[in-house]
Amino acid sequence: MPKYIAKRVLMALVTAFLVATLTFFVMNMVPGGPFLAEKAVTPQAQAAMEAKYGLDKPLHVQYLTYMSGLLHGDFGLSLKKRGRTVAQIISTKFPVSARLGGIALLVAVFFGVPFGSVAAFNRGKAVDNVLVVFSTAGIAVPSFLSSTLLMFIFTTKLNLLPSLGLKNPQSYIMPVIALSLYPASYIARLMRSSMLDVMGQDYMRTARAKGVSNFMSIFKHAMRNAILPVITYLGPLLASLMTGSFIIEKIFNIPGLGSEFVGAITSRDYPMIMGTTIFLAVFIIAMNVIVDITYAIVDPRIKLR
Amino acid sequence: MEENRKTNSLSFQPALDDFAPASVSERESLVVMRESVSFWRDGIRRFRKNRIAMSALFIVFLIVIFCFIIPMFYPYQYEQQMKGSERLSPMQYSKTEQESMARGEKVFPHFLGTDQNGRDYMIRVLVGGRVSMTVGLVASFLILLIGSVYGSIAGYFGGMVDMIMMRIVDIIYTVPDVLIIILLAQTLKYPLEKLGNAPGFGWIQKLGPNMVSMFLVFALLYWVGMARIVRSQIMVLKQSEYVTAAKALGANDRRIIGKHLIVNCIGTLIVTTTLQIPSSIFTESFLSFLGLGVQAPMPSLGSLASAALNGFQTYPEKLFAPAFLIFVIILSFNLLGDGLRDAFDPKLKQQ
Amino acid sequence: MSEEKYLVDIRHEQLSFFTSAGEVKALNDVSIRMKEGEVLGIVGESGSGKSVTAYSIMGLTAQNGRIVGGSVEFNGHRIDEMKEKELRKIRGSEVSIIFQDPMTSLNPVWTVGNQIEESIRLHTEKRGAEVRKRARELLELVGINEPEKRLGQYPHELSGGMRQRVMIAIALACEPKLLIADEPTTALDVTIQAQILELMQDLKKKLGMGIIMITHDLGVVASMCDNIAVMYAGEIVEYGTTDDIFYRPMHEYTKGLLRSIPKFHEKDYERLIPIEGQPVDLLNPPKGCGFAPRCQSCMKICLAKKPPRTDFDGLHYSRCWLLQKEEFLKNREGELSHV
Repeated sequence: MPKYIAKRVLMALVTAFLVATLTFFVMNMVPGGPFLAEKAVTPQAQAAMEAKYGLDKPLHVQYLTYMSGLLHGDFGLSLKKRGRTVAQIISTKFPVSARLGGIALLVAVFFGVPFGSVAAFNRGKAVDNVLVVFSTAGIAVPSFLSSTLLMFIFTTKLNLLPSLGLKNPQSYIMPVIALSLYPASYIARLMRSSMLDVMGQDYMRTARAKGVSNFMSIFKHAMRNAILPVITYLGPLLASLMTGSFIIEKIFNIPGLGSEFVGAITSRDYPMIMGTTIFLAVFIIAMNVIVDITYAIVDPRIKLR
Repeated sequence: MEENRKTNSLSFQPALDDFAPASVSERESLVVMRESVSFWRDGIRRFRKNRIAMSALFIVFLIVIFCFIIPMFYPYQYEQQMKGSERLSPMQYSKTEQESMARGEKVFPHFLGTDQNGRDYMIRVLVGGRVSMTVGLVASFLILLIGSVYGSIAGYFGGMVDMIMMRIVDIIYTVPDVLIIILLAQTLKYPLEKLGNAPGFGWIQKLGPNMVSMFLVFALLYWVGMARIVRSQIMVLKQSEYVTAAKALGANDRRIIGKHLIVNCIGTLIVTTTLQIPSSIFTESFLSFLGLGVQAPMPSLGSLASAALNGFQTYPEKLFAPAFLIFVIILSFNLLGDGLRDAFDPKLKQQ
Repeated sequence: MSEEKYLVDIRHEQLSFFTSAGEVKALNDVSIRMKEGEVLGIVGESGSGKSVTAYSIMGLTAQNGRIVGGSVEFNGHRIDEMKEKELRKIRGSEVSIIFQDPMTSLNPVWTVGNQIEESIRLHTEKRGAEVRKRARELLELVGINEPEKRLGQYPHELSGGMRQRVMIAIALACEPKLLIADEPTTALDVTIQAQILELMQDLKKKLGMGIIMITHDLGVVASMCDNIAVMYAGEIVEYGTTDDIFYRPMHEYTKGLLRSIPKFHEKDYERLIPIEGQPVDLLNPPKGCGFAPRCQSCMKICLAKKPPRTDFDGLHYSRCWLLQKEEFLKNREGELSHV
């Protein structure tokens, strides 16, 4: 186990390094600098600004400076939000996105797993058909459609829920539904096919032959096996919830990391782009390690090496 | 040997003739054999029985006609701005149009109205659908190409080759894809624009650098899933007897991979590609919605929806039309893929 | 003559599976009687209904299967009339089963100990340390060394032979009256097969339970069984003691089966004779004898009518028109001579 974690940390560092390098050079391929867009900037002032942030130096020098800063945990200063470090911005914006994503993840698992299982137990019956139709439709709805529909119904027509921001608990309802619709439907489909697969396994017949009750055969023998593909999916799901919330954040005007990132790209806030990318990459890799460990706990056949 | 026989009275009296030997043809006439069918014919038969999948195929067909063929004959162009016809509601006519109608001229109706620049919205949605479908299809094709070649090489050769190739896949897999896509889609278009001006690369200009950069980005990142699937299939298949037989006959590696292995995972490839199409369309609409996809005046379903977001309280149909089309496209491709998987995936067939 | 008490008493059982393609008549008038402590072999090729027959004794029929005629009695219970909840009490306690493939029959995510203890807890009053103790005893009984260590291991950490021993331990947890063994050695290596068979014979001597041995391997039944039922296309075509079947086979299918096993003590150059043709499609069961299309001695009547039962000494009987032919000719001669 410690060996496994060491290996994964090493792998994460390699990935983070590659992501950082790739991001750095790709970002600098774009013509135009961060200070071009601003009006009435004299060439002198621009040169002064570029000198201040080290943008006048050759690219490889900038790269080395940035990377050595990164080694010390320094993400640098934001170019657009004067006086604030990238680390500060991330630490205020990330918790907002993380809370929203986390709630959406829980909601997706909480609904997806039981719905998928119930559909599998009632294969071919009306319940199954209804659940299959809904989950198949659910993975075809773009989040901007579901969120605007929700807003249209609950804010414009019924005036029940606040449409913007995350000021109170009610304001979480619509963003969470919009964000978890796809993963919940996906998990339900995954769970259904995996449960059907497990129900056809020989060990389920053994359980029946032993005289195990339906309840126990579902919860003890089937569930633990059937949930394995869902656990595998949690890694990519987390990544897509953290990044997929960009649209939700834009529509519901939520001050999260996603809107910050898109803003940084369009305004060429280099350190901000770098910081966010590296931070999210490391976060997602870390989450993947946790998912892998969870998987190994649930499935004793998996040895972490 | 001979045993005592107990008499059993028969309920009916057979005739002597009944005990005559039966001819071979008499025997064979009674054997009702199930028709033996090939894998493909069996799969197609099952697919055609699946009503949901057949309807999905029909809808995909309809969408292709609507998005690719109808725009060629449509009286309006997607970039054509009509002065005085801005922000029309569905089926509404502008003043000039009403005047010309009063003169007895025929004016083609704006089924979905027009946008703020006086462009017919119906044709924009259709062309947007065409753009989204093209991105989905081309990206999936590229993913199929790269993924299957990469995966089959790794799976076939195994050992160190496989180890190294799969570590690379692992790294790409853990990279947060959407971040990289956004970044690349945003930055690739500049070098592409430059390249488009170079002789011999005019096609880039024609397609639009944004579109090309989007193809590239998808192809660069999403092939890993395909590669993993193909690799695991090849690993199983290469153990089979006919590969050993082909090797014994002196077939080279390229021939074995191309002729024996790829052909045998074609079912999986078709299914995975079909299911890849909606996910590519999804990502494209996502990027366009964030304003990072194809550039104006070319519409895509995502950018149309994004542009309609601000005014959607007053013009909800401007948002729901492209969004609904995305929904239908993705849904029907998913259902089509599900149907193909049920019909052609040998693993599911056994159950 | 008093009614004898049987452990298993199946009378004219008919069982069908209802599939999307139609009704598959898996069992067609099957009758089996078995006394306590007896070992019965059911022999036949795949799809002949041998497993379906045995499974129906513990009510373990697939969801789409139903007994559509006849009765199934086990240890005084009318299985075909019992509810799932009542059946559950019998399963694992009065009747147990071991399956063909020990690789897939154990749940991969629970330890061996957990899976054995589950059976003990379900059907006995034992709790806590007693359960653990009993599980250890069972592993010792089936010849697994270091039982304490094995209890904490997962199925994938054991070899195929060991897993089958674990399956047997689970089956014997509550000392059942009947053990059904569904091709228990087919998935194992030849050397392991012999060990498992030996173990089963041993346990039979120690515990005295009845065994139903389902197999397509005549070698297995010869060494273990008291009686043998030969099944073909959902019917018992011949039934008798092991000696009856091996030395006085009456049905053409049984004879064919015997011709297809290698005999080492006979002349080297004797050829094995395969049975030509394919098994019947039970979706469209034939009007006449199921084996007729493959039978070398097929007659016209075989294709038109089901053969009646011909009884011999003891329990031995068979269903074949050839056996009726001689009878018929004899009777006919008799009739002629009377005139």
